[in-house]
Amino acid sequence: MASSCLTKTKHNIIISIFKSISISKSKSSFTNRTSTSTNSLSSPVPKYAAYSKTNRTIGFNRCYEQAYFSRRLHSTVSVSNDVAQLVVEPPSQQFLDFPGGKVNFTRKLMFTSNSTAERVHCYRVLDDNGQPFNDSESLKISKELAVKMYTNMVTLEVMDTVFYESQRQGRISFYATTTGEEAINIASAAALNNNDFVFPQYREPGVLLWRGFTLQEFANQLFGNKFEYGKGRQMPIHYGSRKHSYFTVASTVATQIPHAVGAAYSLKMEKQDSCVITYFGDGGTSTADFHAAMNFAAVTEVPVIFFCRNNGWAISTPVHEQFRSDGVVVKGKAYGVPSIRIDGNDALAIYNAVHEARKMAIKEQTPVLIEALTYRAGHHTTSDDSTRYRSIDEIEKWRGDQSPIKRFRKWIENEGWWNDVAESEYRSSIRKQVAQAIQVAERIEKPPVADMFNDVYDVPPRNLNEQEVFVRKTVTKHRRDYPSDVPL
Amino acid sequence: MASIFQGIGAATSISSSASFDTMKLQFSSPRSISGKKANCVVMRSGGAKMDSGSSRNGGRADQLVTNAVAAKADTPAASTASKPGHELLLFEALREGLEEEMERDARVCVMGEDVGHYGGSYKVTRGLAEKYGDLRVLDTPIAENSFTGMGIGAAMTGLRPIIEGMNMGFLLLAFNQISNNCGMLHYTSGGQFKIPVVIRGPGGVGRQLGAEHSQRLESYFQSIPGIQMVACSTPYNAKGLMKAAIRSDNPVILFEHVLLYNLKERIPDEEYVLNLEEAEMVRPGEHVTILTYSRMRYHVMQAAKTLVNKGYDPEVIDIRSLKPFDLYTIGNSIKKTHRVLIVEECMRTGGIGASLTAAITENFHDYLDAPIMCLSSQDVPTPYAGTLEEWTVVQPPQIVAAVEQLCR
Repeated sequence: MASSCLTKTKHNIIISIFKSISISKSKSSFTNRTSTSTNSLSSPVPKYAAYSKTNRTIGFNRCYEQAYFSRRLHSTVSVSNDVAQLVVEPPSQQFLDFPGGKVNFTRKLMFTSNSTAERVHCYRVLDDNGQPFNDSESLKISKELAVKMYTNMVTLEVMDTVFYESQRQGRISFYATTTGEEAINIASAAALNNNDFVFPQYREPGVLLWRGFTLQEFANQLFGNKFEYGKGRQMPIHYGSRKHSYFTVASTVATQIPHAVGAAYSLKMEKQDSCVITYFGDGGTSTADFHAAMNFAAVTEVPVIFFCRNNGWAISTPVHEQFRSDGVVVKGKAYGVPSIRIDGNDALAIYNAVHEARKMAIKEQTPVLIEALTYRAGHHTTSDDSTRYRSIDEIEKWRGDQSPIKRFRKWIENEGWWNDVAESEYRSSIRKQVAQAIQVAERIEKPPVADMFNDVYDVPPRNLNEQEVFVRKTVTKHRRDYPSDVPL
Repeated sequence: MASIFQGIGAATSISSSASFDTMKLQFSSPRSISGKKANCVVMRSGGAKMDSGSSRNGGRADQLVTNAVAAKADTPAASTASKPGHELLLFEALREGLEEEMERDARVCVMGEDVGHYGGSYKVTRGLAEKYGDLRVLDTPIAENSFTGMGIGAAMTGLRPIIEGMNMGFLLLAFNQISNNCGMLHYTSGGQFKIPVVIRGPGGVGRQLGAEHSQRLESYFQSIPGIQMVACSTPYNAKGLMKAAIRSDNPVILFEHVLLYNLKERIPDEEYVLNLEEAEMVRPGEHVTILTYSRMRYHVMQAAKTLVNKGYDPEVIDIRSLKPFDLYTIGNSIKKTHRVLIVEECMRTGGIGASLTAAITENFHDYLDAPIMCLSSQDVPTPYAGTLEEWTVVQPPQIVAAVEQLCR
């Protein structure tokens, strides 16, 4: 109805208003971006997160429709469901040039709503049965790549199961699984280059796995033996590997997000052709570090991908108690960061989105926010029993047909690249390898006492040397009171 | 200060100066024959006048030596005839050190609030943004924990950032990043990632800045493993420590003092770098060792004048290195004088003086003839009223009285 009411003058007004509401750095590329970008006036977002110029017109009309409606209905004060207060008025005194840019005035006392009528749509390539949509714009991936992605996901799942069990058996002290998020781990890593810097939270060992970290190296870190790269100083699952461009996990939540921005800043200074990616959960988006880092990245225009694994739970806190916004994707808009919401259990969607985000980040030197909706199908860590705060039915549902591994498997089996025999062979082989790695790692001795004092500084200062001498003396004197597998 | 450096003409030899033991390098480069003066660089680690007995071993030697270039451009015309070196204020010395390091190493960058076009709230970074660009001298939004984190991330990937806190007190917001990441990541990563950041800013009690802007952060940071702390007090050591901190591969926190930025001193033209872990002998003496740092050094020196008139001979040491302490210099002094007075600006509880007292007691107990005295600020937030503020800080008369009591 609204479209037919468009008179020529009003249409022009809308266009001129639209043009003048361009955010300060209005690069032409902005208008080409996915419609969830900062410059979009329309909400809800069209279904395809594609670069389509036609979307703008659709957005226009929808906007106008709602604005026209609300003009009819309200009195002086009203609350609009539309994020953009696009009220049509005759052009009198249009705008003022405040610090920060031109702003149009409005005579309506209208508050933006605390929520939109419809949530931001979620990009997906494969349906529930693992079949791609006919009209989906998906990159063609080769059989080799698809099988490699799938086998890595299976390796991650098996590795998680066996290591988790080994913690339950008392062989390692701690573990955290990635169950339900295998697609996020593997597919995002597959879309990046091996030298792109990765700043993980702690639920992303799959990225390391993709880059070639061996099962033995994982096991060494879990057992804290002398071959692990962290020299036995950190808890299990706090992997770090310089040669894989994977920065050491720190237990603090979201502190890696500003680190990632700093690393991207150094890439920008050195004009490198690579980007940075950082992962965090839904809980991590409540921290101060997340918000300031997003803001910084937008202001400094650095090539960093913010990847949020929105898995529904932060230990026992569900997302409804974490934030009241429409998830994390809308926060990107607030900071001027192009963002997208994707299906985190759809490996192909993740691959496409990260691939595109990487291109965008490097070419346009901009941060990008990706919110991947998924589910934490395992417990938070081995110190948690999630059945105490959520129903077993819910967990079982997400381990079922929604599981990212099952969905991807349906797709590659449909393509003829995989089958049951290959599956069972592969799984049993990996299980054996993981068990073997555990056995080997268990027997290797721990790092020596000297490693307790190295690397605090580049050269140990005098007080640390004194303290080391004291420890050695004590241990030698009371050898039986100290563990025998820690060499002096 | 001037006694270290001697300009030589084409053929004159250097006369030795009695007050220090030196490594002297005499250069008569061919260029000097044409009549220009060639500066010879004599480096003595640490401060201007050193106790001739102490010699440096251990720690990392950082003397930057010879630069026998006829560098006349720096010295003002008036002093060409008599004194070498050039005069500047402390904040300019910091800037000079910073600029020289940025020139020398393209990975050095600065980030902080208002450091760019504004030149920094104390003008330490003035002119740098124009010279090196917006990206290398980065103006950040107001989020200390995040731009400190950003500096850490940049350092892990190869840059050498200098993070400026507009006031040291604001770095309390960055405590998480400094303690949990800056101090730790080199260790927990097994040495794979190093973090060569310099975190600097003005702290200490100023002139009526209010309680929140008069914090002494050295007492909070001192137990974080993995970081080093130094405090500068003169233009000479400010420049030298700034350069040393930037070149160090460890995270270093450089404490400046709000009231010392306008101190003027003549510093050498030649390049020099000081040792981060050394203390500075300000005034050798026999009767009592006074340990101090930053602004309190000047109160102590003022009290020293009175003490000398009264017949005492205090030995004053500016400890400069707050973490780790230079127990070598301090110990030698204690073995000579047997009495220690610590004068600091920190609060009494948990301050640098408290740790220093403990360290001295543990290591040099047998050499002490009297209990260690420690003069510090009271455990109160700094009042705004000028008179009250003055009473929270240790004043020269208190120092004189304390020495008299110690030496009874």
